[in-house]
Amino acid sequence: MKQQLEQLRAAALAAIAQAGGMEDLENARVRFLGKKGELTAVLRQMGKLSPDERPAMGQLANEVRAVMEKAIDEARIELEAAALERKLKNEAVDVTVPGEKVTLGHKHPMYIALDEIKDIFVGMGFTVLDGPEVELAELNFDRLNAGEGHPSRDWSDTFYFKEDSSVMLRSQTSPMQVRAMDTLPLPIRMIAPGRVYRKDEVDATHSPMFHQVEGMVIDKNVTMADLKGTLNAVVEQLYGKGTQTRFRPHHFPFTEPSCEMDVQCHKCGGKGCPTCKGEGWIELLGAGMIHPHVLEMAGIDPNVWSGWAFGFGLERTAMRRFKIDDLRLIFENDVRFLEQF
Amino acid sequence: MDLSRKWLTEFVDGVSPDEINDKDFSEAMTLSGSKVETYRDLGEEIRNVVVGRVLSLERHPDSDHMWVCRIDAGSSEPIQIVTGAWNVHVGDLVPVALHKSTLPGGKKIEKGKLRGVESNGMLCGLSELGLDERDFPYAAITPAALLNDYHPIDPAKPSISADIKPGDKIYGPVVCARVIDERAVLLDTGSAQVAVNTPCPNLHNGDLVAYNAKNNSICTVDDLHAEQREFPHCIPDGIFILHEDCAPGDDIKPIIGADDHVVEFEITPNRPDCLSIIGLAREAAATFDQPLHLHEPVVKGGADGALHELLDVETPAADLVPRYTARMVRNVKIGPSPLWMRQRLRAMGVRPINNIVDITNYVMMEYGQPMHAFDYRYVKGGKIIVRRAAEGEELTTLDGTVRKLNANHLVIADETRAVGLAGIMGGENSEIVADTADVVFESATFDGTCIRKGALALGMRTEASAKFEKGLDPMNTLPAVNRACELVELLGAGEVVDGVIDVLNFVPQPTTLPLESDKINALLGTDVDADEMVRILRKLGFTVDGNTVTVPSWRGDVRLMADLAEEVARFHGYNNIPCTLMRGETTRGGFSPEQELERKLGSLCRSVGYDEIITYSFISPTYYDKIRWSADDKRRNSFTILNPLGEGTSIMRTTTLPSMLEILMRNYNYRNKAVRLYELGKIYLPGGENGLADERKLLTLGAYGDGVDFFRLKGVVEAILSAVRAENVRFEADSANPSYHPGRCARVYAGDTLIGTLGQIHPLVARNYDVDTELYCAELSLAALMSVQGAEPTYMPLPRFPAVMRDIAVVCDESVTVGQLTDCIRRNARGLLKDAALFDIYRGPGIAPGKKSVAFNLTLRSDDRSLTSEDADADVAVILEALRRELGANLR
Repeated sequence: MKQQLEQLRAAALAAIAQAGGMEDLENARVRFLGKKGELTAVLRQMGKLSPDERPAMGQLANEVRAVMEKAIDEARIELEAAALERKLKNEAVDVTVPGEKVTLGHKHPMYIALDEIKDIFVGMGFTVLDGPEVELAELNFDRLNAGEGHPSRDWSDTFYFKEDSSVMLRSQTSPMQVRAMDTLPLPIRMIAPGRVYRKDEVDATHSPMFHQVEGMVIDKNVTMADLKGTLNAVVEQLYGKGTQTRFRPHHFPFTEPSCEMDVQCHKCGGKGCPTCKGEGWIELLGAGMIHPHVLEMAGIDPNVWSGWAFGFGLERTAMRRFKIDDLRLIFENDVRFLEQF
Repeated sequence: MDLSRKWLTEFVDGVSPDEINDKDFSEAMTLSGSKVETYRDLGEEIRNVVVGRVLSLERHPDSDHMWVCRIDAGSSEPIQIVTGAWNVHVGDLVPVALHKSTLPGGKKIEKGKLRGVESNGMLCGLSELGLDERDFPYAAITPAALLNDYHPIDPAKPSISADIKPGDKIYGPVVCARVIDERAVLLDTGSAQVAVNTPCPNLHNGDLVAYNAKNNSICTVDDLHAEQREFPHCIPDGIFILHEDCAPGDDIKPIIGADDHVVEFEITPNRPDCLSIIGLAREAAATFDQPLHLHEPVVKGGADGALHELLDVETPAADLVPRYTARMVRNVKIGPSPLWMRQRLRAMGVRPINNIVDITNYVMMEYGQPMHAFDYRYVKGGKIIVRRAAEGEELTTLDGTVRKLNANHLVIADETRAVGLAGIMGGENSEIVADTADVVFESATFDGTCIRKGALALGMRTEASAKFEKGLDPMNTLPAVNRACELVELLGAGEVVDGVIDVLNFVPQPTTLPLESDKINALLGTDVDADEMVRILRKLGFTVDGNTVTVPSWRGDVRLMADLAEEVARFHGYNNIPCTLMRGETTRGGFSPEQELERKLGSLCRSVGYDEIITYSFISPTYYDKIRWSADDKRRNSFTILNPLGEGTSIMRTTTLPSMLEILMRNYNYRNKAVRLYELGKIYLPGGENGLADERKLLTLGAYGDGVDFFRLKGVVEAILSAVRAENVRFEADSANPSYHPGRCARVYAGDTLIGTLGQIHPLVARNYDVDTELYCAELSLAALMSVQGAEPTYMPLPRFPAVMRDIAVVCDESVTVGQLTDCIRRNARGLLKDAALFDIYRGPGIAPGKKSVAFNLTLRSDDRSLTSEDADADVAVILEALRRELGANLR
C-alpha cells in the first residue's frame, strides 16, 4: 500500500505539472482527490491493514493528499496568472491610434492678452471698469484738455452721431478716467479696457474699431517714480523678470509730464533689427502724470491729490505676442485662426 | 520734420556726423523728447565716386555712338573709360564711378569691356547720382541735332540725305555745316567759317550740324521739327559736367551735398517751435550740453522808395491775424540759388525752385516761420488786406487749382481780389516768375484753428498750413522776415527797401511762473537741485530771475508747474527718475459681479467647444433686412453715424445676430466644417442716459456642422443656465421670430425673466447669407443671466436610503409636448419623486398615427426609510392616472 501511495503521489504530481489549463487541473483533482478519485480508492483499502500499520499508513496518506492539494493550488495560481497574461495580451491596443476627440473652444487671442493684463492689475489692487462706447464729446475731449479745435475732434478722424459733434464713438478709453473721477471715491486705482473707434480704413495695421486699455491711479503723494515703478512691475510680469524698459518724453493733452514706455526688443536684445525697425526698442504704451486741469475739472484738488494714467492698444500687444502680422485676422474670426490659440 | 545734420552744425558745436553717429545722436534726442523716426546718410549708397578730368576723347572704333575717354581721376595713371554720352569734352570735370563703386539705388559699377574696349568705370550723369536738373540747373542739356546721328524713320525716304555735306541746304535758311572747332564753336558752312554762340554741349570736331544762317544758331531736334528717334543720341541727357570748385580725385559726395545726414523727427503738436532748425538746435544744445549759436539777421537795405508809400497793410480780420509783418525787395534778379542753399533745402526734402522762393523755404526751415513771397506788381493799389473770404469767392492757387472759398477762409487780398490763401498757399495771380522785379515778403501768424479748418475744407494741407495750424509764435515773424532780406542781399538777388510793415493785433504777454523746486521734485519723485533746474531751463531759453521763471515766447505749451516739471524731467533724464512702487492707502481691486459672470460664461462656452470671436459694433442698416426684420420693426431704430467710413459700418447694431451670421458665413465660405462660436459683445439701443446709448451685453452663440442641432444648442444653453444656478428654467416655442425657423425656435425663461432666444436660423435668412446648411444661434442677455443667478449653494445631506427606479412609457397625441408631460409628472408626484428623465420618444409600428410614445425614467426615494416596491408603485399609479386625466396619455 505504501508503494501504491508513492506511485499515486508521483502520478498526481506528473498530471498536475502537465495540466495546460484549468480544465486539465480540475480533471487531475477529480481523478486523484475526488470522492471517487484514486486516493480515496486507495484509502478504502485502509480497513484491510493491521492496526499497527494503520497510523503510519494514515499519516502517509494524509501527507500524499497534502502534497497533491498544494501542488494543485500552486498550479492553479500559475495557470490563472498565465491566463490573465494571455487575456491582457489580447486586450492590447494600438496606443498610436488618435484619442477620441474632445472639442475645446478657444479664447480669442486678443482676450488672452487682455485677461492676463487684467489679472496683473487686479492683483495690484486695481478695479476693472467698463464704460460706454457711445460717448459724450465732452468726456472724450473737453474734460481731457482737448478743447474745441483739437485736430482729433475733426469729422475726418472721429465718428459722430450728432451734427453739433456732441455725441460720438469714443476715440480712446481715456474718457473712463473722467468717469472714474466723477463717480469713484478717492483714492482710485482702475483699469478700463474696451472698444474704441477711429476713422481709419481697414488695412493690415488699421481698423475703424480697435481696443485700448486705460489705467489710472489717483492718490496723495503719487509721483512719476511710482508710475515708472508700477509699469515696470507690470512689464516684468508680462514679459519676464529683468525685461529692460525705457521712458521717453512725449505729449498727451491730459497728462503732464507725459511719456511713452518702450520695452527692449525681444528679438535682437536691443541691438536693432527689423522687428524694432533698428531702434532696439519697441513702443509699448503712453503714460503720464494726470494734468492738473483734468483733476480740477473733475473737482479734485491738484494740490492735494496727484495721479498717473496710461493707455495702450491691445491689438498691437496681442499681435506682437502671437506674431500675428495682419490686424484683419483679429476681426475676421476664421476658426482656423482662432483655434491656433 | 527732417533735419540736415550739416545745417545743425551752424548752430550747435560737437554734433556733426563726424563727432557723433546717427544712432547715438538719435537716441539722445529721442530720450530728451525729440523723437527720431528714422535717419539716413544721404551718401550711404555712393561709394568710390570721384571727380575726374577728361584728358582725351576718341570715337570708339567699333561703335557709332560711343566715346573712349582717358580720365585723370587723381591717381598716378589716367584711366580709360568708355561712355555713350555726347556732351563730354576734353578738359571737362566729371563725376567718375571707379571700378568697384556703388551708386544710388544699389547700382554697382565694375570694370569691363564695351565692344572690345576696356572701360574702368563709368562717367555719371545727374540721375545716376540721384540728382536732377533742379539740383544743378546749369547741368541741363540742350542737344544740337547732329546730322551724322540722323536715322530716317523710313529708310527709303530720308529727309536728310546720307551724303549731305557742308553748304547743302536743308530748308529755308538752314544749311549743313561741319564743326571745325568744338571749343570756340567754329563751323564750316561750306562757303565760310562762322563762330556760333550755342548752348548745345554735344558738339565735337567733325560733327555735321544744321546751321541756321538767319539767326546764327545751331538747330536742335525741336528746331528741325524732327522726332527724337530720328536723332537717337542727341538727347537732353548726358554726363554731369561739374562747374564746382573741385579737382580730380576729390570725393564727389561733398560736392553734390551727399555728405549730409538727415534725421527725421516726430514732433508732437505741442512743440511747433521744433518744426525748425533753430528749434531743434536749441533742443540739441540742451541735450548735448553745448552752446547754442544764434545769429541776428543784419539787413543793409537802401533800395529806392519808402516802404510806407509803396505798401499798406490792413487786417480787418484782426482776431485771425495776431501779427502781419512784411518787407519789400526791389530789382529782383530771379535765378537759381547758390549750391549751398540748394543742398540744404534738398537735404530737408525741399526742391529748389529759384532764389526768391528758395529763400522763403530756407527761412521757413530755419526759423519755422512760413514765408510767402509775392510779386508786387500784382498787388493792386499797393495795399494788402488780410480778410475773410467772401462767400463763393474764387482763387486759383499756385498749384493751378481753382478754389471756391467761404467766410471761414482767410485770404490775402489787394483792393480788388484775393492774391493768396493765408497760411495755406499763394495765388497763381501773384506768383514769382522769371521777370518779377519787386517782391513782397510776408511773415505773419494766423489763427491755427482757422488755418487748419480752412485747409481741411479744401483738402490741401501744406507745409505752411501744417505749421500755422499748431499756432506759431508771433514774436518770430520779424526776425524771420529780416533773415529773408539778409539772404536776398547775401545772394545778390535784389535790393531791400528800408523799414518794416508790422501789424500787431496782440499784446505780448510772457508767461511767468514761480520756480517751485520742491513741488517739481514731489511730482517727479526726484531730488533735483534747484540750481540744476535753473540750468536746464536757461539752456532752453527760459529766463530765471530769482524764483521767477519767464517762459520764452515760442514755448506757448508751458503754462504750469507741471510743464516746468516736464522740462526738468526731460533733461534730468526720464530714465534717471527712480522707480518706486505705489504707496498710500491700499485699494481692494477686482472684478465686478458682471465681469465675473462674463469670465464664467466665456470659460463655459469654451469648455463645450465654442470659440470666441470679436465682431464690429457697427453694421449696415441692410443687415436688418438680411435677418428678415420687418420694415417697421422698432428695433431698427439705431444710433446712426453721421460720418461713417461706409454704409456697411454706419449704424450701431441693436442685435448681434447679423454679426454672428456674417462670421458663420465667412467660415462657411472658407469651407470650415464644424464651427461653434461665441461672442460677448454689446448692442447699442437708443434711449440711454444723457442722449447716449443703452449699451447691453449679450452672449451670442452660433454654430453649424457635424454635431450641431437644436438639442445640442439647447444643451449648451441649459448648461449655461445651470452654471448660473438659474431656477425654473423653461423653454417656450416661438414661431413668430422672423430670423428663426418657425418650428425650431424657443425663448428661454428663468421664472418670469426672459433670458433670450435660441434656435435654427430661418432658411431664408441663411439664404441671404448664401449659406446652404443649418445654422444655429442663441442670443442671451447678460443682464438677465445676471439677475437670475441663484444663491450660493448650501450643502444637502447625501441620500441615506436607496432609490427605486421605475420606467414608464405613455402614448399621447403628437400635440402634447414633453414639457407638458414632465410638468404633469412633477406636479402630481407625491413627494417621493426625485427625478423624471425623458429617455425615449417613439413613433411607428405599434403606435397609432398622430400619436407618440414617450418614455420616462422615474427616480423615487424617501429621505427617512427604504422604499418598498408597493410605495413606489402607488406613487407611479397616481402619476399615470394624472397623465391620463390631464393629457390623455395612457400607459403603453
